[in-house]
Amino acid sequence: MTPAQKRCRARTRKGERCRNPAGPDGLCALHRRQLQAEEEPSPTAEGGASAVHTPEPDPDLLAPFLKWAEEALEFLGRRLLGEYEVDEFGHDPDLVEHVLAPLLRPLYRHWWRVETRGLEHVPASGPALVVGNHAGTLPFDALMVALALLDEHPAHRSLRMLAADLAFGLPVVAPLARKSGNTLACAEDATRLLESGALVGVWPEGYKGLGKPYRERYQLQRFGRGGFVEVAVRTGSPIVPVAVVGSEEIYPMVANLRRLARLLGFPYFPVTPTFPALGPLGAIPLPSKWLIEFCPPIETAHLGPDAVLDPMVLFDLTDQVRDTIQQTVHRNLLLRRGVFG
Amino acid sequence: MGRRVLVTGAARSTGRRLVAALAEEPEVEQVVAVDELEPEEPFPAKVEHLAVDLRSPALVRTVQSAGIDTCVHLGVTAEPRAAGGRASMKERNVLGTMQLMAAAYHSPDLRRLVLKSTTAVYGAAAGDPAVWTESMSHETPRHGFGKDAIEVEDYVRSFDRRRPDVAVTVLRLANQVGPMVDNPLTRYFELPVCPTVLGFDPRLQFLHEEDTAEVLLRATLGPAERGTFNIAGDGVMLLSQAIRIAGKPPLPIPEPLVGRVAELVGRTVDFSPEQVRFLQYGRVADTSAAAEQLGFIPKWTSLRAFEDFAATRLRKLVTQEQVLRLQHEALDLLRRAVSWVGR
Repeated sequence: MTPAQKRCRARTRKGERCRNPAGPDGLCALHRRQLQAEEEPSPTAEGGASAVHTPEPDPDLLAPFLKWAEEALEFLGRRLLGEYEVDEFGHDPDLVEHVLAPLLRPLYRHWWRVETRGLEHVPASGPALVVGNHAGTLPFDALMVALALLDEHPAHRSLRMLAADLAFGLPVVAPLARKSGNTLACAEDATRLLESGALVGVWPEGYKGLGKPYRERYQLQRFGRGGFVEVAVRTGSPIVPVAVVGSEEIYPMVANLRRLARLLGFPYFPVTPTFPALGPLGAIPLPSKWLIEFCPPIETAHLGPDAVLDPMVLFDLTDQVRDTIQQTVHRNLLLRRGVFG
Repeated sequence: MGRRVLVTGAARSTGRRLVAALAEEPEVEQVVAVDELEPEEPFPAKVEHLAVDLRSPALVRTVQSAGIDTCVHLGVTAEPRAAGGRASMKERNVLGTMQLMAAAYHSPDLRRLVLKSTTAVYGAAAGDPAVWTESMSHETPRHGFGKDAIEVEDYVRSFDRRRPDVAVTVLRLANQVGPMVDNPLTRYFELPVCPTVLGFDPRLQFLHEEDTAEVLLRATLGPAERGTFNIAGDGVMLLSQAIRIAGKPPLPIPEPLVGRVAELVGRTVDFSPEQVRFLQYGRVADTSAAAEQLGFIPKWTSLRAFEDFAATRLRKLVTQEQVLRLQHEALDLLRRAVSWVGR
């Protein structure tokens, strides 16, 4: 029997518990070094003073880099030793924080200059179902909504999205989908997540929305069978509609090569002004200006779980959610000065 | 009168352990250990070893005559090679169970039946729900151990319907690990490198062998609980994580070549195609029913169970000290580089 692996007792700069394995003194190798450096006068400082007339390395310039490198090394060490935890859906917050979110952030901040509104409508804790419009050939809109909630919501909530089964059969995509907190779009998984108090994201248009031609931009497609409403009602979770403006223009789809898509097993094969004409360059999304707005929540708790037996209640709720999103999309389109605003 | 317990598959590690534990219980009067194999160590005194196949008439006579009140069926195997080929494995698993149930049906004193089943009954596929509960309908695995286990469960369920006076408990165990247990998955992690399916990283659950013994003992002697229960350590691990903890280098294989490699590796590991699918898509089962109804909460989480297995059984090629030293050196190098640039 091994004793429980002890973790380092120090805290990282973000105030979280250090996840590195601890040595006999209860500290990991990195923090031991760091704390020693703080207690004693740092050897580099001494060395710098005694060594001729050279000034100290500019701490302001290089310190951030060193800290970044330190954190990256800590992270790599954890990955190499398997020292991280995933939940039963495979959500890996360590990977999201250190790799996936940093990769998406430049797109969010600089490429699409995403503006987010109505974050106060998303509860700080407890279950809620975020329902949004879906467009843009690749599901970047879902990723941006998730990043908005992670970065800009005061509670830094993880959005657990429901994805199509295609995602879980593709190499590389499948584990990334799970590690970033997503799971299969089925009633069982959605119910389980909501019952555990998670914030769940769903894009009911699915491929119909994602793969629609550019001329139909910002026209919401049919909302599947509205299974998401049933899950929300059964668990009594509020529904937060979210309207995304900007995603339609990232890959303006002028044609769909249906036969090729069928051959490859994809739901559609897009032709955009740049793809496949420019090859891999055509895969660069256009830098449209984005606006994400979370709408006031639609409560379902007062309906009671028995309301799922009444199809009319479910139809009405589905329509209400769809209309809210459609109207918000139209309103926000008018606010935008231009596609690349 | 004390309990009289019959255990099938008694000579393998799980069975030996259960038989030994049962023999120590004062309330158990007699244990009949059924296995055609000889156990590595002789069974304790209270144990009568019946070295016969499940299909033998001697077993039928014993089940019907010896006043057996509890039958623990562990005789379902996941290893085609050890069983003498897939056909013979299926015959033992399915026909053996059929015979055992037929005998049990005519056994007047029988009050309890415990079946050791497996979470493999849920199969492993891309379109599976993330977490299986016992009542979810699942697509039937079409071959291998999973299919056998489903057929075995079917026979047991049909027995359950015909003998309502017998409490039937079906335990669906997750993959077992520990210092002693030997199965295809433990042998997989004992390989010098661990082949994985390129671009996939399944979620796994483990059950420590001590917990297996504990839950079997509880189901055999504790208050009778009818029903089917998933049994697994708390928490979930990724295959990549398990391979890191095992200290092995992973060897990702592109999907089209996986079948070939599995065949090669299969010779030592005794892997069946559905176990390869398991290593591609993984599977997680919900254990709350076992906690609520059986009152069974495993002592070892999936992670701790696997760490124990890795610490006692595996020779790590990548150790924690090495990684920490590398981390150190890289940081040192960086610090020096930074101060050099600063000058």
